[in-house]
Amino acid sequence: MENNSKWKETLNECRKNKSFMIGLIILISICLVAALAGVIAPYDYAEQYVGERFMAPCAKYPFGTDQLGRDMLSRVIYGSRTALWVAFLGGSLELIIGVVVGLLCGFFGKWVDKVLLFMTDVTWCIPGTILALAVVTILGKGLTNSIIAISLVAWASYARTVRAKTLSLRNMAFVETGKAFGESNVALMFRYILPNIVPSLIVLVSLNLPGTIMSTTTLSFLGLGSQPPSPDWGLAISDGISNITRAPWLSLYPGLALVYTTFGFNLLGEGLRDLLDPHMKSQ
Amino acid sequence: MITIKDYIIKRILLGVLLVIVVSFLTFCLMYMMPGDPIDIIVDRKVSVERKAEMAHELGYDRPLITQYFDWTNKILHGDFGNSVRYKSKVTDLMLARIPYSLKLCGWSMLWELLLAIPLGLLCAVYKDKFFDRFTVNFSLFLTAIPSFWLGALFIIAFGVKLKILPISGYATAAHFILPIATTVLGGMGATLRVTRSEVLDVLNEKYVTTAYAKGLPKKVVLVKHVLRNALILITTLVFMSIPWLISGAVIIEKIFGLPGMGNLLLNSIIVQDMPVVQAVLLLITILTVICNLLSDIIMGILDPRIRLSLSGGDN
Repeated sequence: MENNSKWKETLNECRKNKSFMIGLIILISICLVAALAGVIAPYDYAEQYVGERFMAPCAKYPFGTDQLGRDMLSRVIYGSRTALWVAFLGGSLELIIGVVVGLLCGFFGKWVDKVLLFMTDVTWCIPGTILALAVVTILGKGLTNSIIAISLVAWASYARTVRAKTLSLRNMAFVETGKAFGESNVALMFRYILPNIVPSLIVLVSLNLPGTIMSTTTLSFLGLGSQPPSPDWGLAISDGISNITRAPWLSLYPGLALVYTTFGFNLLGEGLRDLLDPHMKSQ
Repeated sequence: MITIKDYIIKRILLGVLLVIVVSFLTFCLMYMMPGDPIDIIVDRKVSVERKAEMAHELGYDRPLITQYFDWTNKILHGDFGNSVRYKSKVTDLMLARIPYSLKLCGWSMLWELLLAIPLGLLCAVYKDKFFDRFTVNFSLFLTAIPSFWLGALFIIAFGVKLKILPISGYATAAHFILPIATTVLGGMGATLRVTRSEVLDVLNEKYVTTAYAKGLPKKVVLVKHVLRNALILITTLVFMSIPWLISGAVIIEKIFGLPGMGNLLLNSIIVQDMPVVQAVLLLITILTVICNLLSDIIMGILDPRIRLSLSGGDN
């Protein structure tokens, strides 16, 4: 009974948080579009209707067609899958690297901390786009490679937070007790300290995801991420700019979809921050 | 207590260390790529024997560290090697491209300051009024839009529909209006908000109250007392924003077809013209380190608390 009312209280708190609710609705709508892309998209994203290139938005093609006669609406719909994949893979990679480095720094301190902090400093002080370009140069073009590049750039903010939290938890009684019972360092880090950081991590992930999506889309726009004919919003905007005098609508709709998505993630992140970690706002 | 001299020396040493690390990483780019470095330099048709001969001539068979010292030594003498694609000196290539980037970044910076600082000041003065909330939210909104889409929207509005501005190229000053507008509007949000909060801090100072009490007119107090004091911190932020401006230029130059450094970097990455990629990356990162160093030193001189944080706060 008591458990039930506690849940209701949490639910109520979530409902009252406007940005959380709006962000959640936006995100659910994107997930639905991505999941049902095969059903709701009127055409296949790669199907070319050569006779109907550069069609202005009309009843048959609500968003018009591109330079190869592909339906823009279908490409924007399938693009949501790319965006969510970027969010998932990029978010997980950043999280894994950031958590491991942060835990190592905070737990061992001394030279481990100094070396790893210097590394975060290096990635911190070079503009993200430039660093990502350097990584893509090594790995080569492609969506997965550009996601890896962005994650290798963005992990530093996670590492800093995890390090700070680990430092404050390291000498707490429950960790000392674990140590006294002969738990290994790995167990102490991942079973004792990590669970206490999870709420802040959830907030960090959702606040960082819009940036991850935006940076990866930027690489695709620059021609280093998704390669044609994949349905990617960045790639579509780049194609749209090449044909902008003939078909201005081509760069319009993918951009709207991108802004809608990042806006949703931003709202969700801000809402989660207020719900889970109210201290962060003042920092 | 750590003195300002110690702080500056410590900071410069850290900066030098960063430059060494960054330059070594840039040098290693060639070796981190799949395949032999000689394959990147020469044509695919060249025979295996000739490749080995060339690798020896170019010194690729020497230890990595010797090669690194050789490479840095050449760079210190202004020699970045030869471009694989253009067959010309990287230094000449860059010298031809830099003016376009300087034009874009310099004018963008100037306009950003000319717009963001007065607007930030006004926002602080009219805090929480309609003007303040509208300006701050609008600048936040512009920051949230990806610059490549903002650029596309500008092209559609001013180039395609109204037909008053050229959309791509670099021949006349008019060609630079849209690129600069995109950079400025996308980037001024941060400067505006910093100016606003700095001015708000200064407005609460006692000497401002005194100035008002002396009966000085509002305009004089705002410009001579408030803005002048807030400007010092804003200057450091300007230094810090230079690297971001340059990296943003990669995107802007791609949208508007400007042949600047960003464009050179991007095209060289796509065709894997490594000597050019290395040179441009190195230049940008070193510039970043220098800008960060300068802003840190200015901040350190102004604010003793920052000096303490570097020494760990214990001495």
